[in-house]
Amino acid sequence: MEPLVVHGLSWTTKELFTYPNEFIYWSIQIVMYPYMTGLVAGAFVLSSLYHVFGQHDLKDMARFALVFSLALLPVAMMPLLFHLQQPLRGVNVMFTPHFTSAIAAFGIVFSTYAIIVLSEIWFVYREYFIEQTVALQGNKSLSATLRRWTYHVLVLGAYDRSPEAMAKDKKAIKLLAAIGIPVACFLHGYAGFIFGSVKANALWMSPLMPVIFIMSAIVSGIALCMLTYIVIMEFKSLSTALAKGRGDESVQVIKGVAMDVISKTSRYLLGFLLAAIILELLDLIFRGYTAMKSWDILRSVMYGKDFVNIFVLQYGLGDLVPLVLLLMPRPTIRRTIITLLLVLFGVFMMRWNVVIGGQAFSLSFAGYMHYNLPIIPHSVETFKEGLLGALTVGSTPFVLFWFINKFVPSLRYR
Amino acid sequence: MKSHVWRPLYLALGAIALLLVARKLMVPADFGVHGASFTYNFYRLASIDDWKNMPVHYRGKDTCTDCHEDKVKAINASPHAQIQCENCHGPAGDHPDNPELLEIDRSRALCLRCHTGLPYPSSHRADLPGVDPENHNPRTECAECHNPHNPDLEAM
Amino acid sequence: MSTSRRQFLKSALASAAVTALPLSAFRLLSPAEVRAAIGDARVRWAFLVDTYKCVGCGLCVKACKRENEVPYDVPVSRTWVERYVVLKNGKSYIESPNGGRDGYTSPKIGESNINPDEIVKAFFVPKLCNHCEKPACVQVCPVGATYQTNDGVVLIDRKWCIGCGYCIMACPYGVRFFHPVYKVAEKCTFCYHRISKGLKAACVQACPFGARQIGNLKDPNDPVTKQIMTQRVSVLKEEYGTKPQVFYIGLDANVR
Repeated sequence: MEPLVVHGLSWTTKELFTYPNEFIYWSIQIVMYPYMTGLVAGAFVLSSLYHVFGQHDLKDMARFALVFSLALLPVAMMPLLFHLQQPLRGVNVMFTPHFTSAIAAFGIVFSTYAIIVLSEIWFVYREYFIEQTVALQGNKSLSATLRRWTYHVLVLGAYDRSPEAMAKDKKAIKLLAAIGIPVACFLHGYAGFIFGSVKANALWMSPLMPVIFIMSAIVSGIALCMLTYIVIMEFKSLSTALAKGRGDESVQVIKGVAMDVISKTSRYLLGFLLAAIILELLDLIFRGYTAMKSWDILRSVMYGKDFVNIFVLQYGLGDLVPLVLLLMPRPTIRRTIITLLLVLFGVFMMRWNVVIGGQAFSLSFAGYMHYNLPIIPHSVETFKEGLLGALTVGSTPFVLFWFINKFVPSLRYR
Repeated sequence: MKSHVWRPLYLALGAIALLLVARKLMVPADFGVHGASFTYNFYRLASIDDWKNMPVHYRGKDTCTDCHEDKVKAINASPHAQIQCENCHGPAGDHPDNPELLEIDRSRALCLRCHTGLPYPSSHRADLPGVDPENHNPRTECAECHNPHNPDLEAM
Repeated sequence: MSTSRRQFLKSALASAAVTALPLSAFRLLSPAEVRAAIGDARVRWAFLVDTYKCVGCGLCVKACKRENEVPYDVPVSRTWVERYVVLKNGKSYIESPNGGRDGYTSPKIGESNINPDEIVKAFFVPKLCNHCEKPACVQVCPVGATYQTNDGVVLIDRKWCIGCGYCIMACPYGVRFFHPVYKVAEKCTFCYHRISKGLKAACVQACPFGARQIGNLKDPNDPVTKQIMTQRVSVLKEEYGTKPQVFYIGLDANVR
């Protein structure tokens, strides 16, 4: 006999009149889901800016962003598996997709996107794979042999390094990056559609939702790539400084390269951030101005219960402050780090305010629900849909990146 | 077509083929559109039978008459005629085979569901004989004075 | 009439085109399957709730939970009864503790004492799945685990549901929840196992006052159909375009 668990009961507090079956059914993992897919999409778009539009200032970032988006990819699926009541049946989405549902496309769009990312990485790194199969030939140690065989598999039997073959690779990369942009935007835009199309939810239902999601996705993706890049470059310069001494020329070279890449990438961040803020404000103003039936309760949630979450944390700390910091002259690494952290936090709060905020009021418009994030898990459910579950999801891409980077090094600097 | 460029595509096609095979094996044969619209009628047909085969617990007064004709007659002659036996005696289920299963709810709370006086305009509740449960013989079971099968005190 | 036929053909063609996407649609059905699929096209189940007759005894909720094996002591329920009390000063109280499972046995609402002289109107409203003609919940199911039968009942496939909760989010009426035992979406089935055997739904049978009735809209002689056709009935939250098939007598602007 399984224990009786009413999903949502342990973290939902109800106030005034709510229907008996209403609970916060979509909790922290559904906040993580669009957040993580957003990071994936953003990272990929950033790498494509170089490959497709020839933004050469992004060259160093592009390679890293591409590999990082691969590391993020499986993590976009994790929150869904954590959230499903029947995770083992998740594959049903691929078996019997019901295409009138926004979620049904997930399996297909997600796999298409995975194929594109993997193929692009293959084309980018094919030459490197071949080099490695040769370079590791002499070394007879077990790890080297294993690595060599892994590279042999990764080459997929394509050892042709003639200039024509390499030119074909270049062309394929460009094509895949170009296809990838709309697919990445679709992957995330439709995550917005999942919410925007729910007519029962007064906060979610908005045709702007997919566009807002895409913009903030790109913002968060760029921010995370920049941040990770900075951290890794700082680490490299530190280790070089330790090895060769602080005054060594190579330390200055690394620092210079990093700052250059960062200041160029921030311009793109600024543009997308502005677009995201404008769209979100438009949505808010429109709701207030048209003041439909639901506006009374929405207003009481936005300007009352969730005021701090929405206006202080999301718009203030997450949008306004980074905007000012980005517009300030003479960027420094430290200030950029603060900006990026705030941007990432702001986008997370935006997801939170959409997902949790959309359930903060009853469908009856006569009551409220409050989500108490489970901190200390006391059951499988409160682990999966609590702080620890979210942290598990949030930290996995870094572990994966560390692992993937062992085979496809994305941080070579010249 | 001998170009190496197509290798990732072959790999992808292989994965898709694998998925289709798995799909063929895993999806029940009766899954499909059974009706006019893909939007509303896309489902596994046998699921309807799953629901049709759910057990019936509440049998209705007519079933009770078969064995307890006198009781049913008595209550049908009283103001409680419209009340189903199973509302107080519990769902019959397979009661004819396992008679001891039924537990009778004699609680005061059961009677108060209808007979707490609520003077609600435009609700039928106001028409029912009602008491103030805090002052009307609290802590006494209603059945000590009122016979549920013939609740009028005058008739007792 | 001709336009509706054209519309029908259009929508049939459109749905046929969409249907072609899943491979299983190419399969030929056996005659028995066809019969089952067409169902009884002469039946369209509908529900009628008369809020004047409801006394808030909650016996329907009790019967529903027992009949459909929804755990008795959890706060979720396939059907529930709401109490509305409107005062002279315009203030209104709404509540449904435990879904009204234990009835309304106190004049108090929550902790509030209500002065009976201040009440201008007060009544009870039973709620259940509306078995909409255009169910938003079915539209959003990603795997085809919830569907509308050909006699108009919306059901959930417990063996196929992945438990994503999208249908719960999509229902404007809040009738869906996760079953505490089966861990899949759950809601009122109009007691499909009963109505398909000629029995009444458990809540309908349990109601001593005839406040809840179920009938076949396609049968003009059905007493419930007659009432729906001849009386002034309304539905809940019409603005969502879901076309609910649970009709109400005596709704009020206060009803949510």
